[in-house]
Amino acid sequence: METLTSPLAGLRARGIALGGAITVYLLLGGGAVFLLVGCLQSTRFAQLTVSGLAVGAAYGSLALALVLIYRATHVINFAQGELAMATTYIAYQLIQWGLSYWEAFAATLAIAFVLGTALELVVIRPVQHRSVIAAVIVSVGLFILIDGVVNWIWGGGIRFMQSPFSGSYDLGGVNIQHLYAGMLGVVLGCVLLVWALFRFTKLGLGMRAAALRPAAAALAGVRVDWMLALGWGLAAVLGAVAGMMYEPSQLLLTPTFMQEALVYAFAAAVLGGLESPGGAVVGGLAIGVFLNLLAGYLPQVVSLEVPFAFAVLLAILLVKPSGLFGRREVSRV
Amino acid sequence: MRGRLPALGSIAAVAVLIAVLPFTLSSYNVSLVAQVGIFFVAVLGLNILTGYSGQISIGHGAFMAIGGYTSAVMSRDHHTNLIVTMLMAFAICFVLGLLVGLPALRLSGAYLALATFALAISVPQLPLQWSTFLGGTGGVQSHTTVSDRWIYGAAWSCSAILFLLAWLILRGRVGRAFRAVRDSEIAATASGIELSLYKTLAFGISAAYAGVAGVLFVMATNGFAQPTEFGIILSLQILIGAAVAGLGSLWGILAGAAFVGLLPQVSTSVPVIGSDHGRDVVFGLMVVLVMLALPDGFAGLLARLRALVRA
Repeated sequence: METLTSPLAGLRARGIALGGAITVYLLLGGGAVFLLVGCLQSTRFAQLTVSGLAVGAAYGSLALALVLIYRATHVINFAQGELAMATTYIAYQLIQWGLSYWEAFAATLAIAFVLGTALELVVIRPVQHRSVIAAVIVSVGLFILIDGVVNWIWGGGIRFMQSPFSGSYDLGGVNIQHLYAGMLGVVLGCVLLVWALFRFTKLGLGMRAAALRPAAAALAGVRVDWMLALGWGLAAVLGAVAGMMYEPSQLLLTPTFMQEALVYAFAAAVLGGLESPGGAVVGGLAIGVFLNLLAGYLPQVVSLEVPFAFAVLLAILLVKPSGLFGRREVSRV
Repeated sequence: MRGRLPALGSIAAVAVLIAVLPFTLSSYNVSLVAQVGIFFVAVLGLNILTGYSGQISIGHGAFMAIGGYTSAVMSRDHHTNLIVTMLMAFAICFVLGLLVGLPALRLSGAYLALATFALAISVPQLPLQWSTFLGGTGGVQSHTTVSDRWIYGAAWSCSAILFLLAWLILRGRVGRAFRAVRDSEIAATASGIELSLYKTLAFGISAAYAGVAGVLFVMATNGFAQPTEFGIILSLQILIGAAVAGLGSLWGILAGAAFVGLLPQVSTSVPVIGSDHGRDVVFGLMVVLVMLALPDGFAGLLARLRALVRA
């Protein structure tokens, strides 16, 4: 009796969860300290870290799109990267038609939102409740379809798109390109906006409810169908941000430019936990920095970056499938 | 026996058709239909895993790569007979499939899809790392190359033998165990089915089929095993083929294999869009439409038609 009521017993009961979280935060804190010390020691290290964080933010944004969709509809959207690529082409076209970069940026986000919502309504909804396999195949079909359409309209050749940022800062001897600072700022700003939408608005509350407890949400008057469709729209917007910000760092616009990014976004989403939006962003930043440092200091393994990201993914899936921040999925039988 | 007559009759008809086809078709079309036979073997194998034991895999291109490289390397270094390399690929991929099946026991659904996707991406990169043995980007050239007719015969003989084998495996005790595991793991365990045994066994059998398909695939590319031809698209094609065929049934496999084997080639000449881009547009669109219209693939369509005829 006594042990049950003592506060220690409660702590012990939560012990496993608490221990897990502490390990994760220690790990992340250690990583941050390592990066900080490295940046103070060497300017090359600092530059690699900054550009890694910027590219990683784009991975994180794409990973966040995957996670939002996975949480809402339990679909892994293999077409997310191609959708981001297609919206980047739309931005390119708008700029060609004479819009300024930021006008095109805003218009593209709106188009991406409509596109994402429409995709959910037309092709995902019918298969969503069927099986994981059906949904995966439809998203794979979309991958091939979007790729084909972009190749058809714009051709497979290389295009150049102006970058909104040029020049560089000098921060204590470290040369930081405006491009990377801008990427980091824009992507993280958009992520924060999405977070605020989910956290502080009634719409966001409805979307969270629809994703986590569809039946209960429907009983409480939430239009679950619409919430899921809007979730897809938001994911497409995040993907578009990732695509438009990632493109200048690749210098060239080709129909395949997001495929590698999608691979890293998968790894990032699994690293953070497929159910955890915050984890996706942290995972993206971590993978971006890690791969950038790897490529910077060990140039002989550059061709192995993709398998390496996947080795990380496989290892996490096997050791801790719920990722750094995810909770273990419990299902009733 | 009488209830089986229509089924046996249609199998016999298809077999006769396939046996006669090479004598009437041009060389190019023979190689196209041979391609369908190669996909038949791979799709059949994936269906055993995904359709019968309920484990998704986006990584079967990896096993095809392993089978194909086994054949090409053995032929290059030891001049091994190509039929013998098929048996070797079957055995090697069976063992590797069992090994991959072990960690896969911990995963299911979307997580297994991602893990096998990782496999499909990573395995074709290995030849780049061990380039002296596996030929790097240039690939491995088999010692012997064979004609289109030869590949046609080999592909469809393999299809027939492996179809029979799959039917024998799936109709009995093992097939029943697979289906029980797919429908409810807990109920299956409660009925005394060793989960880990049957789930890894399904992975092994399925990988072995993919290995044989890989050998045929390499033969069909003039005996060249190259990393690029085993890209992620190949794995996706097998999965699409299995879904279009209809998971958990053997009757739609031919349609699924024809879908992924022929449609991309046929649709290169669509009007309006034309040329290469048309292929992806039409193929992607058809994949989405078929999945929306035929939830259980062609096998489901056949079952519905049969129900209509009986009624």
